[in-house]
Amino acid sequence: MGTGAQSLTFLALLLPFLGAAVAPALTRVFKHNAAWLLALLPLWMFIHFAGFLGTVSAGGTIAGGFDWIPSFGVRFSWFLDGLSLTFALLISGIGTLIVLYSGGYMKGHPQQGRFFSFILMFMGAMQGLVVSDSFMMLFVFWELTSITSFLLIGFDHDREAARRAALQALIVTGMGGLSLLAGLLVIWNITGVQQLSDLLGTGDALREAPFYLLALVLVLGGAFTKSAQFPLHFWLPNAMQAPTPVSAYLHSATMVKAGVYLLMRLNPVLGGTAAWETILPVFGGVTLLVGTVVGIRQTELKQMLAYTTVASLGLLVMLTGFGSDRAIEAAVLYLVAHSMFKGALFMVAGLIDHETGVRDIRRLGGVGREMPVSFAAGTMAALSMGGLPLFFGFLAKEEIYAALTAGSTWGLLLTAVAVTGNALMFAIAFMVGLKPFIGARGDIQKKVHEGPALLWIGPLTLALAGLVSALASEAAHHLVSSPMASAVAGSVLEVHASTVPHIGLPLMLSLVTIALGVAAYLLQDRLRDAVAGALKAIGWGPDRGFDQAIRGLLRFSFVITKIVQNGRLDIYLTVTFATVALVLLVPMFLYGELPEMPSLPGLLPHEWTIFAIAVIGLGAVVYAKDRLTAIVSLGIQGLAVALLFMLFGAPDLSFTQFMIETLSVVILALVMTRLRLSPSDHRPAGEKAVDVIISGACGLAFGLLLLKVTEMPFDATLSRFFEAHSLAIAHGRNIVNVIIVDFRGLDTLGEIAVVMIAGLAILALIRVTTPRKDRPEAAGEG
Amino acid sequence: MRTLIFRTAAPYLTALMLLFSIFVLLRGHNEPGGGFIGGLIAASAFAIHGIAFGVRQVRKTLHFHPMAISGFGLFLAVLAGLVSVIAGVPFLTGLWTSPTIGGLTVDLSTPMLFDIGVYLVVVGSITSIALALEGREDD
Repeated sequence: MGTGAQSLTFLALLLPFLGAAVAPALTRVFKHNAAWLLALLPLWMFIHFAGFLGTVSAGGTIAGGFDWIPSFGVRFSWFLDGLSLTFALLISGIGTLIVLYSGGYMKGHPQQGRFFSFILMFMGAMQGLVVSDSFMMLFVFWELTSITSFLLIGFDHDREAARRAALQALIVTGMGGLSLLAGLLVIWNITGVQQLSDLLGTGDALREAPFYLLALVLVLGGAFTKSAQFPLHFWLPNAMQAPTPVSAYLHSATMVKAGVYLLMRLNPVLGGTAAWETILPVFGGVTLLVGTVVGIRQTELKQMLAYTTVASLGLLVMLTGFGSDRAIEAAVLYLVAHSMFKGALFMVAGLIDHETGVRDIRRLGGVGREMPVSFAAGTMAALSMGGLPLFFGFLAKEEIYAALTAGSTWGLLLTAVAVTGNALMFAIAFMVGLKPFIGARGDIQKKVHEGPALLWIGPLTLALAGLVSALASEAAHHLVSSPMASAVAGSVLEVHASTVPHIGLPLMLSLVTIALGVAAYLLQDRLRDAVAGALKAIGWGPDRGFDQAIRGLLRFSFVITKIVQNGRLDIYLTVTFATVALVLLVPMFLYGELPEMPSLPGLLPHEWTIFAIAVIGLGAVVYAKDRLTAIVSLGIQGLAVALLFMLFGAPDLSFTQFMIETLSVVILALVMTRLRLSPSDHRPAGEKAVDVIISGACGLAFGLLLLKVTEMPFDATLSRFFEAHSLAIAHGRNIVNVIIVDFRGLDTLGEIAVVMIAGLAILALIRVTTPRKDRPEAAGEG
Repeated sequence: MRTLIFRTAAPYLTALMLLFSIFVLLRGHNEPGGGFIGGLIAASAFAIHGIAFGVRQVRKTLHFHPMAISGFGLFLAVLAGLVSVIAGVPFLTGLWTSPTIGGLTVDLSTPMLFDIGVYLVVVGSITSIALALEGREDD
């Protein structure tokens, strides 16, 4: 491909973010009609990606990219085959409709511009996720979808429930993202590649690696959280706190499928093992059953749809892990079908809510005459979701049954699961897509009329797409299903399902499903009560478990913080100095690194005198009656040391030591007056003894360390360098100062910055504690 | 500590110490001394003055908040480095010039500017800590 197309693809990846930057300004000018303009972005992306359909359906792939962090071999690169192209088309195509729908749905909302911005940001993240070739890019976009999802779920951030749901989704999917990162690192370690396109060429390398299971579990950790598999599904129904366009887009059509995308993407290299074909169908199957059973109990339109989304994701995971080519074809068909009908149904649900003000299915009914377009869209979407002929959902369901029944007894069990799940989903589909429009007039206060074009274009287009793609199934398979299935399987597959029913086992199962579904629809009230009763009897669910886990975590951190940050200066100091002493002493004794005891140096009498002064000063510190005397005595010891420095040829050091000692005494004395301590130490002897032991140990440790250091052979290279060059190139005879201000000027710059910051911090501490004289221990060291 | 002797001696002490601190700062390049030590001496001078006459008096005399002096010192130190960058050599490279002023040759350099910065940072930080501790509720 030429550089032109390459930079266009890059532009397509960048465009949503650019759109997000200008969306608020556009919305300020054009109000909700900005949607028409903003929808052009995803539309252009859709057209751009659709241009690749020819290449990809002929078996080709499109790749491109730039070096990102060349030193680590990380690239910003994309890779389009049947799988990623289908996703890219779904994201940009449905994205176009969602932007329009948001224009109508959020009309008049004071933050509509921000909403557009978030939606477009998410679109960019999701688009990047599915076309990413490099692992790093995949991970970054993966996390970006979690973050944008957080922003969108919590869009109405003044509601507590929305905030909780947003945080919950972020925690669950964010942890999954970390798991994915770890998994990708393991895969990189095993195979040595960090591009998905390279990975697909590694054959059995991953499956035969000893760490295969680790890599699999970590990757599944990412996929299962994102795609809401039981028992990590709870965040998805809660995410319905988001405005409906978000639910339709992120939480049914696109983002939640990222996990399924990942599984499909890695199927050629991770799939086909016993672990893969056990874990995926089991989790998928359980998720399908839990999702549909809990879904039938719901009364609120969006909640019902959310649980069927959970169920559908379970079905997709189950099919992906089933391990036959037929199952992969079924998964592909169902994924595409689901994106269309579920997106449409969510938008219809939002439309009903918007126009009637009612979301409770028990109160809805008979608005079909006033809302004919919504009625048509809802019914068509429900027909597709129910898997009735002429619709794309029918193709998918036939293929599912054909795939599952072709297997062993294991397959039969999964068939039973699939039939049950599909029947319940059939019922829910018609409860949402049909029931509000027919029958007796429900309990609706508002005057009902059809929504504006912005609101019904989306659902109607998606519902019609479900019909058209099924009628033109040959073309749809050629352009989309077959290339995608081939990419998932890793070998060429031809999808042939058509909307003409064939007599056979799959059709029989379809009939059973429909019969069960109709029964469930008719008995919905009784079914709802039964499930509600059962759930009430269980009482506990993962959602509550999440709260308990968070509460436990908070309590745990609270306890830890109370131990570590107890706010008592004496404990901090004791711990710090005891640690210093131990760290220095223990290795010395453990590894026999004690210094040789030096022979007593021959000192002159006045030098001995200074030593004696230092020792007497120390003794005075310990035996001092009151604190002030102790501080001054400590100063005596320090001054004696300064004198020693001077006598033994370190005038600069000595000079500084004098000043430091003087200032320490002054400042310590000032701190004492501030703290209003009693003038003397009244603690019992035992406590004092501990302090004496710790300080003694510290002194001993430093003494031994210094002796040891001076015993080491001294490398004089640096000293010689400084001696030779101090005057010659730095024009200074005082080597110490030349080092400080010239040779190591940068170090000094850092140090004086630290001095100033420390000064500011101390100043702040003093200010903070001034009004609270009852808590003297927090005033700091001075 | 407001004894008569102390209060009488303090101004002279402070003045002498300040003068000495500048002397120490400037001679630091060739003899023991330098910005750090000079700064400490000056800070003690202000501390003594504060003990003798009260914090308010010192603050008034200093005119600037000690922390601002410290910040200006850091600014000077960075500036000393930037001069080298402008001259086209790596950051903080020492540059020297020896103009003759009134028949006297004076060595000026960016390390000197840098050292003055160090001096001011130390003076400012230590003085502001000392004054904050000396001061009561009125500061």
